[in-house]
Amino acid sequence: MAANPPAEQVQPTRAERVGTGVRVVSAGVPLGRRFSDLVANRELLGALVRSEIKVKYKNSALGVAWTMVAPAIQLAIYGVVFGIVFKNGIPDYLIYIASGLLVWSFFSTSLLAGTGVIVGRAGIVKKVSFPREILAIATVGSQSIYLFLQWSVLALFMVVLGHSPDWSALPLVVVGFATVLLWATALSILFSAINVYFRDTQHLMEIFVQIWFWMTPIVYSFQAQVHERVLGTANEWLSWIYLCNPITSVVLAFQRAIYGDVTVTNTTTHLPYQVLPSWPLANFYELLGAVFVVGLLLMGFAIRVFSRLEGNFAEEL
Amino acid sequence: METGSVVVDDVSKRFRLYRDKHRSIKERVLHPGRLDFHELWALSGVNFEVRPGSTVGILGHNGSGKSTLLKTICGVLQPTSGEVRVRGKLAGLLELGAGFEPELSGRDNIYLNGTMLGLKRHEIDTVFDEIVAFSELEQFIDTQVKFYSSGMYIRLGFAVAVNVDPEILVIDEVLAVGDERFQRKCMDRIKRFQADGRTIIFVSQSPEQVRAICNEVVVLHHGEMIYHGEPSEGIRLFRERLNETDGGPVGAAVAGESKDAPALTLQSLRLAAVHAGAPGNSGAVATHGGAQISVTIESDLEIPELNVSVELVSPMGITLARFSSEDLGELLAVEPGQTTVVFTLDSVPFLDGRHQVNVGLSTPGEGGPYVWLEQAAILEMTYAGKAEGLVEIAASIRLG
Repeated sequence: MAANPPAEQVQPTRAERVGTGVRVVSAGVPLGRRFSDLVANRELLGALVRSEIKVKYKNSALGVAWTMVAPAIQLAIYGVVFGIVFKNGIPDYLIYIASGLLVWSFFSTSLLAGTGVIVGRAGIVKKVSFPREILAIATVGSQSIYLFLQWSVLALFMVVLGHSPDWSALPLVVVGFATVLLWATALSILFSAINVYFRDTQHLMEIFVQIWFWMTPIVYSFQAQVHERVLGTANEWLSWIYLCNPITSVVLAFQRAIYGDVTVTNTTTHLPYQVLPSWPLANFYELLGAVFVVGLLLMGFAIRVFSRLEGNFAEEL
Repeated sequence: METGSVVVDDVSKRFRLYRDKHRSIKERVLHPGRLDFHELWALSGVNFEVRPGSTVGILGHNGSGKSTLLKTICGVLQPTSGEVRVRGKLAGLLELGAGFEPELSGRDNIYLNGTMLGLKRHEIDTVFDEIVAFSELEQFIDTQVKFYSSGMYIRLGFAVAVNVDPEILVIDEVLAVGDERFQRKCMDRIKRFQADGRTIIFVSQSPEQVRAICNEVVVLHHGEMIYHGEPSEGIRLFRERLNETDGGPVGAAVAGESKDAPALTLQSLRLAAVHAGAPGNSGAVATHGGAQISVTIESDLEIPELNVSVELVSPMGITLARFSSEDLGELLAVEPGQTTVVFTLDSVPFLDGRHQVNVGLSTPGEGGPYVWLEQAAILEMTYAGKAEGLVEIAASIRLG
């Protein structure tokens, strides 16, 4: 009864189809095409980031200023607890924490928000067609905007306190940001897809991020606390776990560039105090480079997993 | 592939329906083998090609896979096997207002939705006024859409979808919502789309809408494509399958094939003959002349109350009239054997053309017809006057 049998035609290769603007909907989508789809949808990424920021602070009096409040409170708490109560002796301690904490909260918020994004925006995922990774990427994107705002406030703060960054190390900020952006995006994409199937992921993530925070030298000094006391002692496996943390290298790079002072005068003992590793800058770049490469592999893996799971999103949600 | 074409190539889609869905890791770890589901093939081996510029209607009863097929074409769902190839910009209206962000204003949503449908920002700038004008939401465009009524949602959604200038427009049964005037506006817009030579894929539960605008029909039945071709045959099949799923006390009724001599293969109730024409000779009817439609029913059973309905459809596919014996205050008592019922129409106003007569048989209160025959007969009209349109109306004019 079917009147039109499928037309006889030469099957074009994937590359040809993409080249001629033919969109193919099928079970397996090759990695290369996913990336080109993402590039083709960059306008949508911009629109999603804009709308996310608008929605978040719609109808709130302070608006985007709220992005400053949470990190400011956090900074104040750590400043009081570690700087004043425990007297850890790091001068300009607030700047020391801020240089690592801001980039950390960018990473952790991206991860948490990104994990829930596909489930959270089920309405769009079920009805509109676009590469869904964009939702996770847009979450990371809006978090980066907040990070830039927070950084500009930090810059102002540093001018007021008269604390200058290590200008020669400043390119580390760029490389470090690229690295953390890559990791945040890859993990968000990965977990946003997994969370559709295991809704526990979201909750596990919240706990995991807590542990991760204390495993990263943000409020304490890597050099003074970790390097001297833990590394090279009996707890060797613990040291290794510690060094495997990709965010450690990012945070160290930011501290090296923004806080800048490797050796300071301890504010309580008035003795020379080595806060940051005294490695040459090249070592930081090497470390970040390695982490970046691993991040690239992770990104490939994340997109692969995402594309495997994506086919059933509309049903599972 | 030409721009504006869609190829659905052996597409199958399997759904897993879980009886008791375990979502948490704990439960999956504790009861790894207890995932209790059965499989449902929402689509199996669907194959068809939509040529550029054609308007294809997709018909099927609830659960036949229409929406799954549409979602696959739009790329919202990925097929389990097979693939869909689309050439050209495709705008899908799967659900009006899908992709709207309730917290944002209508203005922001036009930009967001437009980008999702593949427009660049500056391209939206150029069609923005047109979208607002079409949606008639000038006053509310800066209101958050969460305060919109469902009608306003639909207006905005449709306005964006048609104004993003797609080569292919995919519409699910969304036009059913919205007031009649806006529906008409949408249909006009769809017709303009057709005139521009764009491709339209259209899902509707209403065979009339499909007949009015589609030049091809795909009929789905339990996930399989049972027909692809010209509309009237597709609509006939669709109605037939609809009746099959309905069942009914008279028994499964299957209408026959032939158009002119309806010898129907029914189990217990058949349409033996249908004639339409001028009283007496069954020939062509002049406009404003009288006509008779006689329906001969053959039954194996005694049916105390039978309703006979007749539908007149113009060659363009517009339903001109529909009447039934029940409406006329007459339910038939059918004895085993043949029964003939004659409808007499006074002064038929239709202009010339070969109008299609569709006949249905049903029992009151049981829902759909058990027997439905499209083109059971042809009512041929002749007209000598100069009026245009569908009917001639006696009109006069005076000044003052």
